Amino acid sequence: MGSLIRSGLGWGGSLTGVLLFVALWEWGSLSYGSFLLPGPRDALSAIVGFADNGELWTAVWATTWRAMTGFAIAALAGVSLGLIAGLSHTVGRALEPVSTVLLGIPPIAWIVLALLWFGSGSLAAIYTVVATTIPVAFAGAQIGARTLDQRLQEMGDVFRVPFAMRLWDFYLPHIVSYVFPALITALGVAWKVTVMAELFATEDGVGAGMAMARVSLDTAGAMAWILVVVVLLLVAEHGFLRPLQKKMEPWRQVKGPAMPG
Amino acid sequence: MLTLQKVSLDLGPNTIVSGVDLQVAPGESVCLVGPSGCGKTSLLRLASGVLAATSGQVRNHFTTTAAVFQESRLLPWRRLLDNIALGLKARGVPRRDRLTQAKELADQVGLSDYDEHFPHELSGGMQQRVALARALAVGADFLLLDEPFSALDVGLRSEAQDLVERLVVDQGIATLMVTHDLTEALRLAHRIIVVSGSPGTVVFEHPVTTPYRERSHAWLYEEAGHLLRQPVVSESFLFHPDSEVA
Repeated sequence: MGSLIRSGLGWGGSLTGVLLFVALWEWGSLSYGSFLLPGPRDALSAIVGFADNGELWTAVWATTWRAMTGFAIAALAGVSLGLIAGLSHTVGRALEPVSTVLLGIPPIAWIVLALLWFGSGSLAAIYTVVATTIPVAFAGAQIGARTLDQRLQEMGDVFRVPFAMRLWDFYLPHIVSYVFPALITALGVAWKVTVMAELFATEDGVGAGMAMARVSLDTAGAMAWILVVVVLLLVAEHGFLRPLQKKMEPWRQVKGPAMPG
Repeated sequence: MLTLQKVSLDLGPNTIVSGVDLQVAPGESVCLVGPSGCGKTSLLRLASGVLAATSGQVRNHFTTTAAVFQESRLLPWRRLLDNIALGLKARGVPRRDRLTQAKELADQVGLSDYDEHFPHELSGGMQQRVALARALAVGADFLLLDEPFSALDVGLRSEAQDLVERLVVDQGIATLMVTHDLTEALRLAHRIIVVSGSPGTVVFEHPVTTPYRERSHAWLYEEAGHLLRQPVVSESFLFHPDSEVA
């Protein structure tokens, strides 16, 4: 019962924040006029319009598919490279500057290169997502592998823990606790970069929708697409990554006070 | 039987211990006492085999050696029973068997109600009991204890000492225990070895022949007083006013 009230209050708190934001938005729209800043209702009706003519679902599907493909490739490659770099100092030293350079290149530059290399289309968008999110996943995995607790290692030595078990029981849970936050950041980057790449490189997707809105001076449409991206990101994070993290890291969820012993 | 013969250890440019002779017979409880930084923990590491001696010989003829460290060193992401069963899993004991054994040990160390808890949900004293259960789970005949109770307050420490006496010493498991607390050593040891100096050497040995049930609090303090009156012991333990002034 107590926990129900507490989670209710938690939700209430978040809802207050959202409502406050919507109220501010509405107020801004009222004072600047709905052409400069269309209100929440204009954006919603624009979304309904997109849904009616079928544009919404094809765009959502195209963007999701690109963002997820890019994210999956980047996560797989970035985490594997990061693990190797964290465990071997030589590899780490060799790959770190590469990662820094990748992080330093603005996403827009990647899009230009991708357009030159691959022409416009999904491949350019996916490539851009991979190039911009790999360093994030890499850094998370590298720090995870580098901060393995030496004292636990010594304990493993004394108890003669074999290598396979060490991987599974000692290394993996520790590394996962570093990789997940990095992946959540990477996921956010993936969505944003996908939309940006679509703006330049593709004929469909949320980004292409925004390009159309720009050409036709449809501010409400642009706002509608922004809402769509935010909702997609929230669904991906809270509907997929966070539950997965909860499942893989049950020990992080319990925060009960230590019982007197 | 554990035998250290003329063992020296260098770490980098520093000599940590030098020329140490030490024996632990089967079933014998030996306590290493001495000031901090005299190489007691290094001697334990040599005994456990995670460090190799620079010179001299370390021979460990016990079949199974386990350890309890100063911090509990539990896996934060595993529940209590899985932590106790760690050594059994490393030896390939099937899951159901090892959890049954772990459950028994959890009962013995008084943690039967905490099977599903993660380490961070337990207090420091409870975590150390889990660490003790984990060491006992592998059926060790030789146990290394590195100041396992130094972080506990007086009452909990006394409880933990009872547990070690009952589950380790009385069961005939040989132990090599490091402590900086003379009364703790007197309570649990068959033999006390004082290590001191830099590099650390064995400066004094003292067999404790009084039976365990006769080691009352009064006796412990009296005996500690006796020991501290030995110049070589007091020199390694007590504050030196002369050298401080000079």
